[in-house]
Amino acid sequence: MKRLTPYLCGWLILLFSSLASADLTIQITKGSDQAIPIAVVPFAEQDGTLPEDIADIVSNDLARSGQFDPLARSALVATPHTSDQVYYRDWRAVDSNYVVVGQVTPQGNDYRIQFELMDVYGEKRMLGEAVTVSANQLRAGAHYVSDKVFEAITGVRGAFSTRIAYVTAQGAGDDRQFALHVADADGHNGQQILGSDDPIMSPAWSPDGKKLAYVSFESGNSAIYVQNLATGQRVQLTSFSGINGAPAWSPDGRRLAMSLSKDGQPEIYVMDIGSRGLQRLTNNDSIDTEPSWAPDGQSLVFTSDRSGGPQLYRYNLGSGQSERLTFTGNYNSRGRFSPDGKTLFMIHRGNDGFHVARQDLDTNRLTILSDSRWDESPSVAPNGSMVIFATQQGNRGVLSVVSADGNASYRLPSAQGDVREPAWSPFMN
Amino acid sequence: MKFKPYAKGLAVAVSLAVMAGCSSSGGTQDGSMNGTGGGTAGGMGAGGQGVSGGQVSGTQMGGGQQQQAGIPDVRTIYFDYDKDTIRPEFESVLNSNAQYLRSHPNANVVLQGHTDERGTREYNLGLGERRAQSVERFLTVQGVSPSQIDVVSYGEERPAVEGHNEQAYAKNRRVILDY
Repeated sequence: MKRLTPYLCGWLILLFSSLASADLTIQITKGSDQAIPIAVVPFAEQDGTLPEDIADIVSNDLARSGQFDPLARSALVATPHTSDQVYYRDWRAVDSNYVVVGQVTPQGNDYRIQFELMDVYGEKRMLGEAVTVSANQLRAGAHYVSDKVFEAITGVRGAFSTRIAYVTAQGAGDDRQFALHVADADGHNGQQILGSDDPIMSPAWSPDGKKLAYVSFESGNSAIYVQNLATGQRVQLTSFSGINGAPAWSPDGRRLAMSLSKDGQPEIYVMDIGSRGLQRLTNNDSIDTEPSWAPDGQSLVFTSDRSGGPQLYRYNLGSGQSERLTFTGNYNSRGRFSPDGKTLFMIHRGNDGFHVARQDLDTNRLTILSDSRWDESPSVAPNGSMVIFATQQGNRGVLSVVSADGNASYRLPSAQGDVREPAWSPFMN
Repeated sequence: MKFKPYAKGLAVAVSLAVMAGCSSSGGTQDGSMNGTGGGTAGGMGAGGQGVSGGQVSGTQMGGGQQQQAGIPDVRTIYFDYDKDTIRPEFESVLNSNAQYLRSHPNANVVLQGHTDERGTREYNLGLGERRAQSVERFLTVQGVSPSQIDVVSYGEERPAVEGHNEQAYAKNRRVILDY
């Protein structure tokens, strides 16, 4: 049995130190025709007063991934709660490849969530586990179930227990209010962690998921700050003249790459967070910005318009050399590596607007993933399965998510103002 | 801290300028403008709806600067898409600001560079800075001391006009001279 503690403790403190913000909702915009049929049976609960519907949360998680097609509740042929109550032929009859069953039992102030996963055609139990959570961690408990089910079937670690950071802007002109939020990956439990009359940009998670670096204009110029999410404590890391932008943590969490224009035009620097020492990586007349580390920490991708328009380059820390990576089209920017380092996600300008695109770094083949037109700020889930980005819906900025293969997508519209600059957290547990 | 005065003081001037620009419907009263308005490089969006000299005269009309003796009324200039070159019709605006700064060596100005919303945000910070630096170069060539000038780029973060069309974009690609 497992207790969900480390991540949730931090989360609880955050609850007290920040304001709740309205949840983002989910609208699935494109489903994959290769999605695996699965039945998630409502979990048994003793008195029926559980504030959260665990099976519903699991079902929504799996559907959102684009890799699963959960059976509608009305189509369930039976309601087993343990594996010995599952008759495989029932589920074969409704073409479900897998069945998830479970039960929730109170234990003092906590709840014990037991769950099992069955392979219908293999006629075998694949998974049987229990997790104990407190009453306000039931959603987290459900996401844990989703993570385990996803991994057991796909072989890829689930990323449903992760979080997202994003920026909102409300109001027009000089009355515009900016805020930085953190929410669960499904848009629930949104918390505002910073509000300002001045722009907030470019949130970036530390690799341990405990801090956010971001850009704030509260001093009258851009400056990079680092904020501890549990304590709310924040430190201003830079205040150079000119642009202080695009913070990006090194995989070891000890350095921050950034774009600084203190010497005339934006150049890529790496700051040692402990000593504040700066190492300059680029030196030319162009705009060099939007650095992001390769997962092995040996190189960084960044945007540069040294060729005339923005293209992506890779700076190798060992050799000190930069090489151009993108050659398709005249606008490729804001590169982000997949967790295995083999793929680059970016914003690519096509004939009809700005799209999220993917480039295979072996073949250099570029594939457009999104069918929206004004996409920005792609950020990759820690398991590499999905990319969250900002786009426009009507006249409003919304967050959208597309699977890494482009086959499935969903949106996270907000009731309030423009939402932009999503950053997907690392794994939290 | 330096931002608030701009917010209050310039809002009037900018919105008047915008209104004037709108009511003259992309006015191309200034014949010398021809050719500059169409500069929407890269094929994005509608053809350039010129934000034209109409704004200049419009703002002077509604100027209403109260006690700030001598500070030029027009302190915003506009740019073509993806460009940082000073459009000829705005040289007079910069000249009058340069003249003011030369004759008031204790006056300081913050050049705020802005872009439209297209493209990625951090890259647009760089483009906004280029526009402000372009104005800075113009002013220093006119004899303004560099010590009187500060540059801040807001990229696409502070649009003057909401909207996802070329008319809004044209009014957002700007440098504001904030005294």
